[in-house]
Amino acid sequence: MNAPDRAVDRATHVGTPTVRGEDQRFLTGAARFTDDVRFERMVHAAVLRSPHANARIRGFDAAAAAALPGVLLVATAADLGEVPVIPLRLAPLPGLDRFVQRAIAVDRVRYVGEPVALIVAESRYIAEDALDLIVVDYEALDPVTNIAQALAGTALVHEAVGTNVGSHYHVARGDPAGGFARAEYTRKERFRCHRHTAAPMETRGLVAEYDGAAMRVWGATKVPFFNRRLLAKMLDLPETAIEMIETDIGGGFGVRGEFYPEDYLVPWAAMRLRRPVKWIEDRREHLMATNHARETECELEIGMKRDGTIVGLRATVWADLGAYTRTGGGVAIARVPQFLPGPYRIPDYACEVFALHSNKTPVGTYRGPGRYEANFFRERLLDLAAADLGLDPAALREKNLVSAQEIPYDIGTLVPFEGPNAYEGGDFHSAYRQALAAIGHGSLPAKGAVIDGRLHGVGLACFTESSGAGPSESARIVARPDGRYEVYVGVTTMGQGHETVFAQIAADELGLPVAAFQVFHGSTSHVDEGWGTYHSRAIVVGGSAVKLAGAAMRDKLIELAARRSGLPAAELRVGAGAVLRESDASTVLDVAELARAAAEGDAEAREATHVKARFDIKMRPYSYGTHVAHVAVDPETAQVEVLAYVALEDVGRVINPLLAKGQAVGGAVQGIGATFLDELLYDEAGQLVSGTFADYLVPTSTEAPPIQAIFLEEAPSASNPLGAKGAGEGAIVATGAAVANAVADALAPLGVKITALPLSLNNLAASIRAARRRA
Amino acid sequence: MKPAPFDHVAPATLEEALALLVEHGENAKVLAGGQSLVPVMALRLATPAWLIDLNRIASLAGIRQLDTGELAIGALTRHAAVERSELVARANPLLASAMPWVAHTAIRNRGTVGGSLVHADPAAELPAVCLACDATLVAQSVRGRRAIAAAAFFRGMFETALGADELLVEIRFPAWPDGRRHGFIEIARRHGDFAICGIAATVERDRAGRVGDARVVAFGVVDRPVRLAAVERALAGTDGGEDALRSAAGAAADGLTPRADHHASAEYRSELLPVLARRALAQALTPRRR
Ligand SMILES: Cc1cc2nc3c(=O)[nH]c(=O)nc-3n(C[C@H](O)[C@H](O)[C@H](O)COP(=O)(O)OP(=O)(O)OC[C@H]3O[C@@H](n4cnc5c(N)ncnc54)[C@H](O)[C@@H]3O)c2cc1C
Repeated sequence: MNAPDRAVDRATHVGTPTVRGEDQRFLTGAARFTDDVRFERMVHAAVLRSPHANARIRGFDAAAAAALPGVLLVATAADLGEVPVIPLRLAPLPGLDRFVQRAIAVDRVRYVGEPVALIVAESRYIAEDALDLIVVDYEALDPVTNIAQALAGTALVHEAVGTNVGSHYHVARGDPAGGFARAEYTRKERFRCHRHTAAPMETRGLVAEYDGAAMRVWGATKVPFFNRRLLAKMLDLPETAIEMIETDIGGGFGVRGEFYPEDYLVPWAAMRLRRPVKWIEDRREHLMATNHARETECELEIGMKRDGTIVGLRATVWADLGAYTRTGGGVAIARVPQFLPGPYRIPDYACEVFALHSNKTPVGTYRGPGRYEANFFRERLLDLAAADLGLDPAALREKNLVSAQEIPYDIGTLVPFEGPNAYEGGDFHSAYRQALAAIGHGSLPAKGAVIDGRLHGVGLACFTESSGAGPSESARIVARPDGRYEVYVGVTTMGQGHETVFAQIAADELGLPVAAFQVFHGSTSHVDEGWGTYHSRAIVVGGSAVKLAGAAMRDKLIELAARRSGLPAAELRVGAGAVLRESDASTVLDVAELARAAAEGDAEAREATHVKARFDIKMRPYSYGTHVAHVAVDPETAQVEVLAYVALEDVGRVINPLLAKGQAVGGAVQGIGATFLDELLYDEAGQLVSGTFADYLVPTSTEAPPIQAIFLEEAPSASNPLGAKGAGEGAIVATGAAVANAVADALAPLGVKITALPLSLNNLAASIRAARRRA
Repeated sequence: MKPAPFDHVAPATLEEALALLVEHGENAKVLAGGQSLVPVMALRLATPAWLIDLNRIASLAGIRQLDTGELAIGALTRHAAVERSELVARANPLLASAMPWVAHTAIRNRGTVGGSLVHADPAAELPAVCLACDATLVAQSVRGRRAIAAAAFFRGMFETALGADELLVEIRFPAWPDGRRHGFIEIARRHGDFAICGIAATVERDRAGRVGDARVVAFGVVDRPVRLAAVERALAGTDGGEDALRSAAGAAADGLTPRADHHASAEYRSELLPVLARRALAQALTPRRR
């Protein structure tokens, strides 16, 4: 990279749409993903997975597989010795730790896709040939395949625990019974959100190499420091002997980068064989092995005054966590009760929670965990109630949104492992009105208006969204003798463009162009500690650490220049790679020269050119917004076209409007796609029916509707020096809700009732059929 | 998702290919565009010991019109070539309008007409077009050449009349009479996915403007494309107006037992049949907007 332009750069990079510096390598094929990591002597792993949902393993015959030329290792639980358990990372709901997964199945399999053996061979082809040769003697058992069966408990997923209920608890605020006692109208409905998942373009993958002392693992992302700690313990290595290395990543969305069985098996094999071992998850494995998400049912009851004032809300929610509790398996179900009341004034609220286990793939976090589900349940019920009471759904929301005067609004303690929370700031009504205005609400054909044979509908959904999980994040900035600046961070990045964003932030602090900075996020060796990228925290927490590091470097440079020149610090500023005199912009201290001195041992120079910072976030930022969908439904074919979609959110300070918009459009497309297409279906035997991309349907460019992504900056967050709130998830969280409401509005004249997702052609056709039969 | 071991052979002539087919028999699979075969091999649902690759046999690809007015398409012709052919647009507008519905651009660049017909997916577009047009499928083996009528070629789900030693070499579409009109419509979960239900239709009118010969073929509904004889009969002799269409299309599901899968129930397919039949016929019988 060239030395930066010496011209004084006073531009404010934060807030300016800035093209991703990463684009060059992403768009020219120069990016390096996990499968691009190649070594001499590298060998390939494949995982034998259970074909049964629930079975006892009576024995293995792996002799033929082991004898196949090119096969180096066949390992089952017996070969692993003490098989480690993968603990919870987040959401320690009471009881869930009884259901954690081992790194490989021991005597029993509990879902289709559970690892039962590991093969390492000279090529992936040979490894798969060997998989076909392993004979496993299974004794198939009755599976638990849905929430009703899990609750009934006639079959148990984990006999030793004695129940399928992983966690059961109540949360409440105010006086729920009292609220309902004041109700003039109540309505109760049962809703269902379907099982689906993120399906990132790049599947999981790992390359592990062990040289007798040090272990290096490529393919880490999301939470490499946490995973390193875990792996060190499991392999009995010092943490510092392990480096987790992040390659370019083709999408994470929450599912990628958690500690999975393979995250132990592959490094273990590398240690055993002393050869680099690569494992790339194929798509079929991905759909059965990577975390699933979202399968939740909810019985929701609302109490209201006749005028539409909400006086109470109570719910029971049931989530199917699958066969085991994974690292973040409890997150989504813990968040459903938290987000069920949404942005509305509901002082009296109660929720009973059941986190259940079944013989299906375990679940984890997926973009907007618990929010997509909760918003669908609540917003759908609001529309049903509005129809009952003859109220306009828009007016109903307007009436009940928490007002700006009530902010900060106490939302109580709705999550067992967290303290009380509050919506920190902002004007929900303002966001709401701007979203409606953006789509032209009121002038759109709606309520089943017929145009060219199609029924039109408009649907609304208001939401709140949290981001910026704590506790901390670190950053380090180093000024180099050639005029470049290096920024090292503890967060990871899966394609969002953080390299550009962190450079923007640092550039503003040091008065330099964005191109002066090179951002390094790829390794556990860059900073002492990092917490990772999830819960839309990378910019809020990690970006704040970068800002603090930049500011600290600036202050140190000015202080040193003042000391050495005798000028008062107040007369100095940084810019153009130097400390300048404010009055005539003359150079007082050249940073590159200082970096050179630092390299030659000048301790003072080193301190000013090598700066670390850590940011501790003390309060959780809450964003808020409104989605509006306009759809046309063909009542004869059940086809839905989304004609217009507005996703509006107040995310505080927008660091890079271009990238934020990309996040919002992508999130909305992902969520709208999931509302119609994505579905992980199981049959009664617990077999995954939608196990390839021919059956598990993701939205493509042809399905992407026109999305208007709008960000407001009316309420910067007080939780961090950037004033930012997470911008990565808000655009997905209300998609199911807004689209379902729009479709229901369109089909209202037919009497169609919508209480379940997805709105697949088949499901919607069935709903239309049922309504016609009733009529 | 890596295929089991296999040997690959790419003969340069049709004769060599036919001889190899005899030599390897059941152990061999023919490779055309690979868009159906390769995924099936990657899932190890097919594990042929030999792949006989047709891609070097240039004589198998091409689109031409015969003196008889027939349209002849070589089995190895890519979907994309048919889609872009001006000759096809003139000589068989139904085929031309079906092409954009076959999978996605990337797959059409590679996939072949012959591969699609021999694969015989019940939801595929091209078998339905062949049936609607009374196309002839020309098969060749070391024993010689024979012509198979489309109506006899498709025998069931992924099942055709082609012998184990035969290759499909060419597809012939009869000349398209002046005044014949067509309609094509399908419903899939996403554009480019296999159809849940689709209709290919052609209609001719007599001098008096009455509906004469009508062909209405449904695909994606049962194990192969089927002519909806009841609709065709009901339509013949009518004025082809909206009422006539609606009433004729109402018979579309008669006598059919639609299949069910997790994308669509049998009921949903039954409901789509009359709707799509009506719409396809309306395309054929009402003046074009575009
Ligand atoms: C994602 C996806 C979506 C698709 N969607 C559609 C769709 O909507 N509609 C549709 O019609 N198709 C669809 N297809 C299939 C696609 O059109 C294929 O190209 C086609 O079915 C097979 O053509 P091919 O040339 O690739 O054949 P191959 O895959 O090479 O072969 C298919 C079969 O035909 C045999 N075969 C091929 N050529 C000959 C020959 N000349 N003589 C004898 N046997 C032969 C092969 O041995 C094999 O059994 C889709 C495919 C994919 C991957």
